[in-house]
This record gives sequence, C-alpha cells and structure tokens, in this order.
Amino acid sequence: MVDLKNVFKSYNKKKVIDDVSLEIEKGTITSFIGPNGAGKSTLISMISRLIAKDNGAITIDGEDILHTKNNELAKKISILKQSNAINLKLTIRELVSFGRFPYSQGKLTKEDEAKIDEAIDYMELREMQDKYLDELSGGQRQRAHIAMVIAQDTEYILLDEPLNNLDMRHSVQIMKTLRKLVNEMGKTILLVIHDINFASCYSDHIVALKDGKIVKQGRTCDVIDKCVLKEIYDMDIDIKEIDDRRICVYF
Amino acid sequence: MGYKKKTIILAVIAFLLALLYIFYDLSGNIEYILPRRFIKVFAIILTGGAIAFATVVFMTITNNRILTPSVLGLDSLYMLIQTFIVFIFGANSLVMMNSEINYLISIGIMVLFSLLLYRFLFQGEKNNIYFLLLIGMILGTFFGSFTDFMQVLIDPNEFMIAQDQMFASINNVNTDLVYVSVIILALVMLYFMRFYKYLDVIALGKDEAINLGVPYEYVVKRLLIIVAILISVSTALIGPITFLGLLVVNLAYEFMKTYRHFYIILSSVFISLIALLGGQFIVEKVFTFNTTISVIINFIGGVYFIYLLLKENKKW
Repeated sequence: MVDLKNVFKSYNKKKVIDDVSLEIEKGTITSFIGPNGAGKSTLISMISRLIAKDNGAITIDGEDILHTKNNELAKKISILKQSNAINLKLTIRELVSFGRFPYSQGKLTKEDEAKIDEAIDYMELREMQDKYLDELSGGQRQRAHIAMVIAQDTEYILLDEPLNNLDMRHSVQIMKTLRKLVNEMGKTILLVIHDINFASCYSDHIVALKDGKIVKQGRTCDVIDKCVLKEIYDMDIDIKEIDDRRICVYF
Repeated sequence: MGYKKKTIILAVIAFLLALLYIFYDLSGNIEYILPRRFIKVFAIILTGGAIAFATVVFMTITNNRILTPSVLGLDSLYMLIQTFIVFIFGANSLVMMNSEINYLISIGIMVLFSLLLYRFLFQGEKNNIYFLLLIGMILGTFFGSFTDFMQVLIDPNEFMIAQDQMFASINNVNTDLVYVSVIILALVMLYFMRFYKYLDVIALGKDEAINLGVPYEYVVKRLLIIVAILISVSTALIGPITFLGLLVVNLAYEFMKTYRHFYIILSSVFISLIALLGGQFIVEKVFTFNTTISVIINFIGGVYFIYLLLKENKKW
C-alpha cells in the first residue's frame, strides 16, 4: 500500500502540492487526472523519490521511502517518466537489461536473462530486440521502456503520461498491457493521464487534482461525474454510458 | 569487429608508439637519454590516461558529450592556485620549494572547488547544458586572466624560479612529481572501483539512475572528487591541454559504438596515448620543436568542438 500523509511541495514559494493525503490499494490501477500544472507529475515523482518533498510522509508498505535503502526501493517501485530521451547507443535488449540492475548490479545471472526474455516477450519485442532505440518509432520506444519496467519486476509501477505522443492503437495496446499486468501479475499501477476517457475505461480508482489539492478521489464511477469534472476542468462535460463504460463528451 | 578486438588494436598501436618514441634515433649518450625518454613517456601515459578517464566520467555524470572538466575551467583553476601560492608565500617558501607539499595542497583546493561546482551542476531541478557551458567558459577565462594578473605583480626573479616548477609542458615534464602521481592515481583507481558499476546506469540520466536504485548524490559527488584529483595530476605533470579529453572521448564513442564504460574508458585512454605520443613524436621529429603539441591538439579539438556544438544544437 502506498500511503501519503499531508504532503507539501513548493517551488520558489509557489505551492505545487498543497496538503495531499492519499491511500492507494494494492492490485489496482489508479489514474491521476487534472489540468496542466495541477501537480500530477510532481506528486508521482515524489512517490518515486525523484523529487524531495518539503513536508509530510510517504510510506510504501509501511516503510518511509526516505529510510529505505535505494536498492531495496528499486526492487519495490519503478517509475517511467514522460521524457525518456536517452542519448546512448542502446538496443532494446540492452535497455531492458538495465531493469535488472537493482538485482544484479550489472552482472547478469541466468535468472536475470530469463526475466529479460520474459519482459521482451510480454511487450512483443522479440523480433526487434537488437534494434537501436534511435531507430524505433515513438510507440515502439515506449513499449521498450515499459519492458524495462517489467524486467525491474517491482510491485508498484508509476507511469508519467505513458500515452504521450502515441496514436489510438498504441495507446489502447499499452493500456491493455497495464490492465494485464494488474490482473495477471498482481502489480499496482499509478499513472498520470490526460485523456479522461482512457482513465475512465481502464482504471479502478481516480484521483483528481487541481492547483496542488485533491478535488476528489475514489472509484472511477464516482469521479467521472458531471459536477466533479466541472469543478476540475471548468468545462461542461457530458457523460454518456456506452456498454457500461462512462464516456466523456467534451468537444 | 568486436569491442575486445577494437580495444586491443588501440592498445597495440599505443604500445608501438611508446616504443617508437623511446627507441627512435637512439644514439649518443644512451645512459643519459634513455632514462629521460622513459620517464617522459611514463609521464605522458599517466597524464593521457588521467585526462581521458576523468573526461569519460565527467561526461557521464553531466550527461552530455560537450562539457569536459577542462572546458569548465578546472585546469585553469590549477594554474591559478599555483600562482596564488607564489603570490602569497613567495617562491622560496617551503610550500613552493617542496613540490610534493605544493601538489597536495593544490589537489585539496581542487577537490573543494569541485564540491562547490557540484552545487552549481546538480542542485537545480533542471540541468541546462548551455548555461553550464557559459559558466564554465566565464570561470575558465576568469581564472586565466587572474593568473596573468598576479604573475605581472610577482617579482620577476621569483617568477622565474616559480615558473619552472609550476608550469609544466609536454616538452618540460615535471619529473619530480611522477612517483607521487603514480601513488595518487593508484589510490584513486582503487577508490573508483567501488563506483564503477554505477557508471553505465548513471549514463541513462538522473531519473533513471535513481529509479534503478543508484544512491545518486552520494555517487556523483564522489565521482566528481575523483575527476578533480585526476585533472590536478595531469595538469601538474604536463600542463593544461584543453581539448584533448573532448577529442579522445568523442572519438572513442564514435569508434566503439557502445555505451559500456568498460570499453569506453579503456579505448579513450588508448586513443589519448596515441594522440599524445604520436603528436609529440611528430612535433619533435617533423616540426623539430617549431610548434607544440598543445597547439596541434587544441586546433583539431577546437574545430571538432564547434562541429559538436552545431550537431548537438540541432538535436536539442
């Protein structure tokens, strides 16, 4: 369980995260939605210790992330940021191998190789595993990064806008994979997402943020609601139910 | 061609050049010439190795291919410290006369400076390469001008005494310091081995490194100290060669086409030795000392540097 208590963060006296408390259950997909500058990415970066918080406590399975060893934490939680511009000459397989670093410290064992193979197969990258990252399309590169996260084999996976710059087909493909990871492997996934329809169709819980504060959190059907969305986005959004899915019409 | 094969080829070329340099045209008083040439080659190996190694590490922790410790003005700082010591204590003081003490003091100050630099480099949330480059250029020029300024003020006689010891060049290797340098380099290497495994991961960038469990700040701070010591050693032995590191490390990346630091470090060191030994041989035998190797390397390096800036500019 990820547990945040009264977390604060400000940049140059501007409050970015303002007294956020939150509990995230295991084995679920939780989406963070909200307008630009709401603090979604900052929050997810703080949970994964990329950014230090100013105040409050963040614990994962009861252990404070500040008092957990870096290497142990890396076996428990992984993050994929939106701008993963790596300017190294790396093949897909080499990138995925990096996911094993917390376990192998650079010296891959047989078990590591097996996990790498598994992750590559899971993302269907087998045929192109020896291609260099700079030869790939945006969707393929994103899949390679997700494969690395799978190889890291952490219980918690954090993704910062994983659908950025992807077309519909790849977006759906990635969301289905995430759903599979939760259902089949019992992972817990937290993601920042802009498209509220993707959030609505694939997540169990939604946390809606605005100006660094939580406006509403709860089950998807509670948050995808006309009044709530009006409060977050200042827009009148029509919600239609199609095949038990709530689809927001905001055009 | 495999990585191993490429590395071995470079090693062999470097070794042959060293032999050529030592034994070429060996006539006259062999007992005098041979040890002198030998120690010079030894100093070149230490320096070339230290510069290449420091640059690889520095480029990895700053995550770019343009910035080198020299471009950031670390070796001009070394010169400034030297001049400052003469300026304050005088050329006849203990600090100046005993080159080992002088050496250790200088290294100490360099390490302090690199920790200061650390704050500059890594404290901000964003890591803007062009801003850093600007700071480095300004600092380098500032250190250089300040050095000149103090040298003008120093008593000319004192300056003459100090100059010989302070300002080494590849034609005038500071042989007193070779043995101390070997010890320092060996200790630094030993210390470095603890952090070696992190380099490949750090090259992925700060976020990825933290994600993969690298104690980032702890490691990067210590790597930066190692870089500062290596640059001090190389500058003390044969003086500053600004663009050597930039040139050899980029060539190594182009030639090896890998991200693995094991091969990149080795090949950079060998390319650096090839450049220095080959260059020095040409300077002595072809140009008969009409030019210096720093001029040649800074010329080639400068052109390459501009090329890199233009290329990177398109990418970012």
